[in-house]
Amino acid sequence: MKVGTLKQPLFAKILARKGITVRFGPLQIRLRTPIESLASLLHHFWRDFPLVDEPAIIDCHIAVSRHLIHRRWPNPELLILVDGRAIGPSFPLAHHFPMLEWGVNLCLARRANHLLMLHAAVMERHGQALLLPALPGHGKSTLCAALTHSGWRLLSDEFGLVRPEDGLLLPVPRSLPLKNASIDVIRAFAPQADLGPAFEGTHKGTVAHVRPPTESVQRMDEPAQPRWVVFPRWVAGSRLRLEPVVKPDAFLMVATNAFNYDILGQTAFELVGQMVDACDCYTLVYSDLKEAMAVLNELTSSANA
Amino acid sequence: MPDSFSQKRHAARLLIGALRRPADLPHLSLTDWDLLLRLARRTQLLGRLEADLAQLELLDRIPERAGNHLRAARNLVAHRQTRLTWEADRVVWALRGLDLHIVALKGVAYMLAGLPAARGRLAVDVDLLVPEEQLPSVEQRLLERGWMREKLDPYDDQYYREWMHEIPALRHRERETEVDIHHRILPRTSRLQPDPVLLFQQTRAVPGSPIRVLGPQDMILHALVHLFHEGDPKEGLRLRDLVDVADLLRHFGQEPGFWEALVPRAEQLQLGRPLYYGLVFSRQLLGTEIPDTVAQRAQSAAPSWLVQRAMGWLVPRAILPTHPDQSDPIAALARWAMYLRAHWLRMPPGLLFQHLARKTWRRVQTTLQPQGLGSTDKSSRS
Repeated sequence: MKVGTLKQPLFAKILARKGITVRFGPLQIRLRTPIESLASLLHHFWRDFPLVDEPAIIDCHIAVSRHLIHRRWPNPELLILVDGRAIGPSFPLAHHFPMLEWGVNLCLARRANHLLMLHAAVMERHGQALLLPALPGHGKSTLCAALTHSGWRLLSDEFGLVRPEDGLLLPVPRSLPLKNASIDVIRAFAPQADLGPAFEGTHKGTVAHVRPPTESVQRMDEPAQPRWVVFPRWVAGSRLRLEPVVKPDAFLMVATNAFNYDILGQTAFELVGQMVDACDCYTLVYSDLKEAMAVLNELTSSANA
Repeated sequence: MPDSFSQKRHAARLLIGALRRPADLPHLSLTDWDLLLRLARRTQLLGRLEADLAQLELLDRIPERAGNHLRAARNLVAHRQTRLTWEADRVVWALRGLDLHIVALKGVAYMLAGLPAARGRLAVDVDLLVPEEQLPSVEQRLLERGWMREKLDPYDDQYYREWMHEIPALRHRERETEVDIHHRILPRTSRLQPDPVLLFQQTRAVPGSPIRVLGPQDMILHALVHLFHEGDPKEGLRLRDLVDVADLLRHFGQEPGFWEALVPRAEQLQLGRPLYYGLVFSRQLLGTEIPDTVAQRAQSAAPSWLVQRAMGWLVPRAILPTHPDQSDPIAALARWAMYLRAHWLRMPPGLLFQHLARKTWRRVQTTLQPQGLGSTDKSSRS
């Protein structure tokens, strides 16, 4: 059963009482919240994700609830609780959805230390995965959203989850947060993208989410083989440049980009080594999304033939 | 009422059961696994469960998702232990040439001495004990070689230097691990004053390091001091500290002469009372085997009948985990009481009052802050 199979009022009711248990790739969470405006957004954005049959082991018990002191007046504030404890300062009620999405990602980042976690967007086509490891603000989400609506399957816009047993990438397709100018860029580039409301004044500016395509969610238990590593960087007004990266440099760039390289120690060293060996590695500087898409398409098609 | 009461008890029984009988874990239901993982995470005992199951070769007989959490915990523990061992190694390098005994305490000591208490143990800081008269030269040397002082307000700095048993934490500029240099095991202001000179007399060498560790009895007494004299208002008493005590008792209990020397040593160090409590609760909650003669001798340091009853009621409620989804006012009260007790023992009343008033005021300030702090405060500062 999927979130979307439940009628919205019932979904909201369960969410407020017992909480719903839902799975995003390897991550199973239970969420409880009495906030109805949040429930209706979740019902839409999470509609394709499976509900988990209970009893089950749940990776993260999350609640979004009202802050005790700032409950109603002057401005209601919310807290995200994990296992009953707040994981950050309170925030305005209006930011519920982006903050929850961030909170769920934080749970994964803190708890999934059995996997190597790269800070990367990952997409797959014809069984081969393209990784875009990048720092925030380097245009990773924009590219990811564009690729995801141009024939690529979304694995994740934030986490390159590498399974130590076989080095395969595990999908965790979550809503794709676009920030500021990239919201309109994607609206123009991919009108078919299902974009949610814009949340203004968050700690990352204005944020709007793209709902992960249904097919990506349906196939979220299919891991993918890494094939290309492209380090993107959006620079206003720059000329398009795609340049190969020598393997030793690529190794360092991937290793320093990981969330938990140090925690996995030798395992991480070996996994990154294997990945870089198996992949063609490039840097991509771009300012125009269409140009960047064209060059990525060419790169991944020619290697495929 | 009986339902929620038994649920409360269930959380405690589940975690204690896992610690005492890890061999039974493969029979646990999924619902119990879910709760157990939450409890063990909160009490920082996930790594410990993993280590026990690995030792019994039972890791492939538990649910896969539970196994993932335990493996994640093991990776974190291994990483922290590597980091701590390296930091201790760097401190040794930095202090080379100074003529002194460096004694490791707690986590680093258990690791260096290869004790079973180190298995799966998530340690954060490097805690070292040095002779008080050497303190200035040790601190000076570390500051010269890359360690830095935490930024403290003047009150906190004074608090440490005048009243505490350690100096403000040091941290190397390139690394994250905190180094805490102690010159005694209880604050200067504490009612109990175990003489650090006595501790140095019975330290032991460890293979492969110039760092030494406390003698077996002293190691246990220090773990007990840590358990009963360092409170945390939310956590009350830390279960993992009692687990340390139980592990050390079980391990050193095999050494000839260990039990006979335990109570006399505690008396010599003025720590008969914490030893008494430690033996009582480690036996009661974790099933540690303690020779009756030793338990009887420790009785001589027991408090009055009334205090015994009070502690017997408070300690289990403060130390055992409660269900993370249910608020438990009784446990909260017990934890708060144990926190106050720890402070009461650490400082004379006047000073305590002053100190707690300051801390409370600060807490009030920070709880009132979140509202507008976000953007405005940051932008006005930058």
